[in-house]
Amino acid sequence: MTSLADTRSLSKHFNGVVALADFSCAVAEREILGLLGPNGAGKTTLFNVLTGLLAPDSGSADFKGQALIGRPAHRIANMGIARTFQNLRLIRRITVLENVLLCFKNQPGENLFNVFFRHGHCKRHEAGIREKARVLLKTAGLSEKVDDLADNLSYGQQKLLSIVCCLATDADLILLDEPIAGIAPEMSERILAIIADLPNQGKSVIVIEHDIDALKEIAHRMIFMDAGRKICEGTPEDVLNDPRVIEAYLD
Amino acid sequence: MDYVLHIGVLILLYATLAVSLDLVVGQCGMLSICHAAFFGVGAYVCALGSVSTTVPSLVLWVGAMWMAAGVSVLVYLPARRLRGDVLALCTFCVQVVVFSIFNNWGDLTRGPLGVPGIPMPDFMRDAQKPQLVLLLLSILVACVTLFVVHRLVKSPLGRIFRGIREDDVFALSLGKNPIRSRAAAFGVSAALAALAGTLYAHHVAYVDPTSFTVTESIFMLSMVILGGAGSLWGPVVGAATLVLLPEVLRFAGLPPVTAANVRQMVYGLAIVLFMLWRPQGLIGEYAFGREAKQK
Repeated sequence: MTSLADTRSLSKHFNGVVALADFSCAVAEREILGLLGPNGAGKTTLFNVLTGLLAPDSGSADFKGQALIGRPAHRIANMGIARTFQNLRLIRRITVLENVLLCFKNQPGENLFNVFFRHGHCKRHEAGIREKARVLLKTAGLSEKVDDLADNLSYGQQKLLSIVCCLATDADLILLDEPIAGIAPEMSERILAIIADLPNQGKSVIVIEHDIDALKEIAHRMIFMDAGRKICEGTPEDVLNDPRVIEAYLD
Repeated sequence: MDYVLHIGVLILLYATLAVSLDLVVGQCGMLSICHAAFFGVGAYVCALGSVSTTVPSLVLWVGAMWMAAGVSVLVYLPARRLRGDVLALCTFCVQVVVFSIFNNWGDLTRGPLGVPGIPMPDFMRDAQKPQLVLLLLSILVACVTLFVVHRLVKSPLGRIFRGIREDDVFALSLGKNPIRSRAAAFGVSAALAALAGTLYAHHVAYVDPTSFTVTESIFMLSMVILGGAGSLWGPVVGAATLVLLPEVLRFAGLPPVTAANVRQMVYGLAIVLFMLWRPQGLIGEYAFGREAKQK
């Protein structure tokens, strides 16, 4: 089992509150890792550290053998890590299609010189990603919403769109922060099916989710964390039968 | 006839300024109050170059554009982490500093005396009706500006502009560099303002610092907001409306002294009313300053 990303002894404090304490984990290629834990356990902090939005106090993390800590967020994203956000970040005042188009990496038309002096090249590339974006949206069942403003989608559709956005970046590691929290059952099934299929496309996933039943369906492995520490780790059955996990979730 | 030509050139130059300012304000969502400074850089480079050197006009214009773009990127980089009101305040300071340089660097700019006797561009000194040729040039410049802004807005780079207008963190998480995109917008916008400045210098034949004050910057911003930020034609409509307004007041029979004051009142009132009831401007769609607030 080759590991795609590793973290070693990550620690992070916010004004004395522990968010991550000596946290180490690894995610393998084509693996779905479920991250479980009460609110404030440091799950989202881990995502923020991995994507470069937060600098840890200590510890290291690497991805495909390259160090992540200290690298600017946009560089990390370009290495192949994509994420969704708990409080759903999308560009609301542009269309669904534009949101997806925005996500494609290394577009020649993002360079000022190319926009004016290599217009043909930009246009051809744009036509290509437009086609890909439509296919992605169709697969996700959002074909009819292509030209709607992202703001006009339902909450579930917005969550779905944010996952489509991750797919458009063609990242190898996708971090999903509560992908099905607070949405209708049909929609969450659709989203779970998409997530479960990601390893078949060669992608690894780390999912934060409070819906244990849903999580154990898709996760290959689970980590339970509390107060920034890893409490236990293993197959979904092992973790969910662990007395410490049962205690935390029954409390 | 000359009067109509004069108003025509003014509308076109202000349309150029407003459209280029909208690239920063409407597309990127950065409130900039220093557009008149870049306009002034263009005007001064052209004025001083035409009066005291024999550099061809076209070279001067291109030089002015590069210089304004350079200045804008240079002042943006230290301010790159700023957003919203703080960035607006920062651009306000840039405006004040640039004005002070025009006003006080006597050896270079002749200070408050200004630069008189700016000739027409060298390639049209033999023209029968230079003012008419200048009008045609202004039309050309306005069209070039509309083309440049349109091309940018429709490009993937324009998409990043609209992305970072709302959410930097999302753009970062997608691997886009918001600072670079903003610097590009600032640079292009300043270069186009400088181009308008060069034509302005040729048109009025005399530049002095009072043409490039904070008031001028706010005037340009009002054009964008009134016309419709974030739309291509909105700023053009705004520019035409605000340039024509005082002329209409004049024909309404108000004495010039009263007209000047009424004009200020009308601007102020119009902006307040627009921000309250029609933040998207006359023909725009993007409601300026009404972004979805996110944590």
